[in-house]
Amino acid sequence: MKKRVVITGLGVVAPNGVGLKNFTNAIKSGKSGITFHQNLKEKGFSCCIGGIPDVSEEKKLEYLTPLQLRGFNSTSILYGCIAGIDAWKDAGFSVDQKSSLDYDSGLIFGAGTSGIEKFREAIYKIDDQQVRRLGSTSVVQTMASGISAYLGGILGLGNQVTTNSSACTTGTEALLMAFERIKNGKTKRMLVGSSSDSSLYTWGGFDAMRVMTYKHNETPEKGSRPMSATASGFVPGSGAGALVLESLESALERKATIYAEVLGGNINSGGQRNGGTLTASNKEAVQKCITDAILDASISPNEIDLINGHLTATSKDSLEIENWTKALQRKGNNFPLINSLKSQVGHCLAASGAIESVASVIQIKEQFVFPNINCVDVHPEILDLISEEKIPRRMIKKEIQILAKASFGFGDVNACIIFKKYIE
Amino acid sequence: MTKEEIIIKLSTIVKPYIQNEEGFKNISEDTDFMNDLEINSANLVDIVLDVEDEFNIIIDNDSMDKMLTIKSVVEIIKEKQSSE
Repeated sequence: MKKRVVITGLGVVAPNGVGLKNFTNAIKSGKSGITFHQNLKEKGFSCCIGGIPDVSEEKKLEYLTPLQLRGFNSTSILYGCIAGIDAWKDAGFSVDQKSSLDYDSGLIFGAGTSGIEKFREAIYKIDDQQVRRLGSTSVVQTMASGISAYLGGILGLGNQVTTNSSACTTGTEALLMAFERIKNGKTKRMLVGSSSDSSLYTWGGFDAMRVMTYKHNETPEKGSRPMSATASGFVPGSGAGALVLESLESALERKATIYAEVLGGNINSGGQRNGGTLTASNKEAVQKCITDAILDASISPNEIDLINGHLTATSKDSLEIENWTKALQRKGNNFPLINSLKSQVGHCLAASGAIESVASVIQIKEQFVFPNINCVDVHPEILDLISEEKIPRRMIKKEIQILAKASFGFGDVNACIIFKKYIE
Repeated sequence: MTKEEIIIKLSTIVKPYIQNEEGFKNISEDTDFMNDLEINSANLVDIVLDVEDEFNIIIDNDSMDKMLTIKSVVEIIKEKQSSE
């Protein structure tokens, strides 16, 4: 007997809001988290704007001990710990270094790279023949699984504790892997999420590929323009999102708050065939990922009320919309509502799937659709496919039963997850 | 520098790493870092680096392996300082 899986906790560190309450208010009002960064300009970046969450030194001390913060230089681990601890507490669990080991709870927390700034520090020291001066903090902050290692110890989790990495699909993939694990009865609950650091060393390669916008350095808040005719590349973002997934029976037994149910989903790859490359999607595989997710969730495409797209604000947005219309066999006025959180927070790369999933689940729980900011001029190719009113520019109060969320990543990898409102 | 002065300096160095407050209150020459102060073994290398900075000495690998108690650290510091 397969288990039903629900979401019982949320945590988020986003450029437009840190903490569930701030983030919820931000996405409702369409608050941009994109600002100008002088250090990007000084290093010669074409794109000098980005989304960086506001985390004070006092806030760090609420989550990490002074000892953990000694020689600490990894924003991805910091954001992951904050979001993860918040989600765990939100689900009704206490965080106590002396808590007993819990074999029924695990963790999948993804990342693109781990502490890239810490890695830079280490490289400089080694090149300077100071390898012994690395001390004990280098390995744990630079290993890819740094985030899951920190969180697993802080929370005392005894089921699977791991880190996944699949570029911009990472967070959504983490969710689906944990979903399968709970569904198949291998664990009662899993903390899942993903994190991406605020670092010019993470963003530089994208700037070099000219996929980030260089046209909005004077107007940062207008820079991230998914689905817009004047979209000119993505704006880099950073942060972390975290969700607690749990079997329905465990959630009911604990009388936990249930945010939404995970009905199903799909993860696949286009194999870099049929038009897919290291950096571009095979559209046939994208469509198959969506249709297979719908099959897995045992719903009809017509039941989808809202899509939270990948929609990065590059020239590929209209192709994504086309893929959705084909996969759902819905277009024009019959297309569901669609939005992209990237208009508000930029493209949070490895963290995007998790932060956007948190935003998706909040929309279901509170029954609203957050606005697509900056999409004042919908791309004509998109208007050929779907009606303009399907792209809300203002927050809408609406009954949302089923939401489809997709993420696509470099390496031609895809993930689509189906969330449903939980009704007792 | 007297043994007592070194121990006072060492207490300041190890303070951030200790996980046993009681053991720290009773710190003495006989204190064992891992057993009495419950310092994580990985942090011993950080303490070595902090000792090097504070006392302006270089601690070689063989000496490092012996640095498990306050007493052994005091001995190593004295030895290094006198040899310089």
